[in-house]
Amino acid sequence: MKKAMSLVLAAAMAFSFAACGGASGTSGATSTASGAASTTGTASGAAIKIGGIGPLTGGAAIYGNAVKNGAELAVEEINAQGGLQFVLNFQDDENDPEKSLNAYNNLKDWGMQALLGTVTTQPCLTVAPETAADNMFLLTPSASAVDVIKEDNAFQVCFTDPNQGVASADYIADNGLATKIAVIYDSSDAYSSGIHDKFKEEAAKKGLEIVADEAFTADNKTDFSVQVQKAKSSGAELVFLPIYYSEANLIIQEMNKQGCTATVFGCDGLDGLLTIEGADTSLFEGVMLLTPFAADAQDEKTQNFVSKYQEKFGETPNQFAADAYDGVYTILAACEQGGVTADMDASAICDALKTAMTQITVDGLTGEGMKWEATGEVNKAPRAVKIQNGAYTAM
Amino acid sequence: MNILKTMKKSTRSNLITYGIVVLFYLVMQLLSSGGLLSNSMQGMLVPICTYVVLAVSLNLTVGILGELSLGHAGFMSVGAFSGAVFWMIAGQSLPSVLGLAVSMLIGGVMAGVFGFLIGIPVLRLRGDYLAIVTLAFGEIIKNILNAIYLGWDSNGFHFSMKDATSLNMGEDGEVIINGAIGISGMTKASSFTAGIILVLITLFVVLNLINSRAGRAIMSIRDNRIAAEATGINVTKYKLMAFITSAFLAGMAGVLYALNMSALAAKKFDYNTSILVLVFVVLGGIGNIRGSVIAAAVLYVLPEMLRGLNDYRMLIYAVILIVMMIFNQSAQVVAWRHQVWEKLSATGPLQKLARVKKQTKGEA
Repeated sequence: MKKAMSLVLAAAMAFSFAACGGASGTSGATSTASGAASTTGTASGAAIKIGGIGPLTGGAAIYGNAVKNGAELAVEEINAQGGLQFVLNFQDDENDPEKSLNAYNNLKDWGMQALLGTVTTQPCLTVAPETAADNMFLLTPSASAVDVIKEDNAFQVCFTDPNQGVASADYIADNGLATKIAVIYDSSDAYSSGIHDKFKEEAAKKGLEIVADEAFTADNKTDFSVQVQKAKSSGAELVFLPIYYSEANLIIQEMNKQGCTATVFGCDGLDGLLTIEGADTSLFEGVMLLTPFAADAQDEKTQNFVSKYQEKFGETPNQFAADAYDGVYTILAACEQGGVTADMDASAICDALKTAMTQITVDGLTGEGMKWEATGEVNKAPRAVKIQNGAYTAM
Repeated sequence: MNILKTMKKSTRSNLITYGIVVLFYLVMQLLSSGGLLSNSMQGMLVPICTYVVLAVSLNLTVGILGELSLGHAGFMSVGAFSGAVFWMIAGQSLPSVLGLAVSMLIGGVMAGVFGFLIGIPVLRLRGDYLAIVTLAFGEIIKNILNAIYLGWDSNGFHFSMKDATSLNMGEDGEVIINGAIGISGMTKASSFTAGIILVLITLFVVLNLINSRAGRAIMSIRDNRIAAEATGINVTKYKLMAFITSAFLAGMAGVLYALNMSALAAKKFDYNTSILVLVFVVLGGIGNIRGSVIAAAVLYVLPEMLRGLNDYRMLIYAVILIVMMIFNQSAQVVAWRHQVWEKLSATGPLQKLARVKKQTKGEA
């Protein structure tokens, strides 16, 4: 009896696989086939399908959700304007390369024509070569490693990690902020170690002395007393933190406890310090960071974006939301430049966008006059801000 | 039919397991050649094979040897990285099938060596202690791999635990493992066919081991270690045998996994992955190889099938896991299932069919 049952179960399994595979397969096929035929028929048929991938759950969810919200806001605005219409489908990848690949395949079944993603670096390294093989246009709002844009179909809205490292070292040297520098970074994180390596190189060129170079890992990021102690005893005038804000918060607290008075300087990962709930923001006074976006900047565009975002999602947007918002507008600008319409297939759109990307200039939230190289790297001026009286002030 | 009936019970059961795998392969190939397979399903075929191999090999340790191991992802990562490094250096210039096979073998052997090294001290521990040490092993391996910088140029390997610039490579140097970023820019080599072959090899090794003299010795250790020792069974030897085989197969699965993607980072191989595989094993039934195969395949596909539910996806997944667990393992539910099954088979169409068959046979 048992055998018969297992046979039945096995058969059922095989059939259910066949059924799901078959069902979704046919629907995918018909949608692409009919996409060209019935573009005027339905509203969604006339819109360019933009896929998004990022972590909506798990430890990095804050970034994925910010990107999703920022992109949604931009798509709504664009659709309200008339002209080219977009439809956004954002899928969760849990910050896992394998899940990211699954999400990408899923979006392909949906009929995605351009990809806004992925949000985080590691999954993007896995998905980018796939998009190159499929000739699918990829614009990542926030995956900052250089390898992400190795293929010619991939573009970035954010700075690359090495650029941030170089820009930080240049900024510190050119403004004479300090000569003795301590670095504390996360060696298990691609973003952090990427910035760290280039910073070290550039610092040596600029005559900055790195007196302490301390690492921690993702499994070991709650107690920073040793690293801070070393930074303090090395006599550093400035502590460079190329890390994310939650760890930076702990480090700054530890510095305060140990009476270390060195200036803190960070990159865009520190954006978010002021939004930590229950943190003593008075400790953050004087912290400097390079960030492309500050939510309380006074220009009209930013204020408009922030108020709309707050109204819709009930929170202050961070740099990731701004990157995504700019990303969608960049795709729009490139589509208009390249004459892309919704009835073109993904590969044709990719070819058109690839050339269009190098011709456009976008004034966005994260930079004025953003331009792109054919390599996929963005050209915009880095901005440094300083925390004063609990708010960012431009420097 | 007659051959099937006169066969040993275990042989027949094993054949069914192989049959399921082969049938799955044929159905998928058929659908794929007909263009009926979605991109999403196509992308999942190789990971399914990987997780099936991992679940079956872990079942050897957990179900057959009876030791709880929480570091299976550690062996997988050792295999994945060693196989991928070979693939980056030499494998890509070989014909793809041969390159993949050699990479897998290297990955498997490396994982097996680690299994041996870990096994010697660890298998002297019992129960919870073993679980904790294997958990620690997995985490240590992950952290070491996170810190490794490995380069390759005409002078050979360059190795550093500091950063990529301290590798001091020549002009033609190429960074293979770049610390936390891991390996990127691999050409993909894994295919569904290779995956299914690996699954069949794994099943062949594990099922034959279980039904062999050594397998009975291993199971006797599980059931009563003292009694097994008293009957002259070399406990350490058989424990190591099971442990190393399990590690070897996990290493091969790691290579299959690594070469299915163009980038590989150590972060993936944390305890979450170990636990995930353990969940497959437990839900499929501890010690039940066929259960592991089915559970791994179904549970891997499930979260992807639930994508339509958006935010509720992981919630529903968890609920399904709990329901499946109760349905499979709870004593009351199992008893109820048997009752229902008996009722059905006494009066149901299956029984009628059997009766009709008997009659026709009698007439003939």
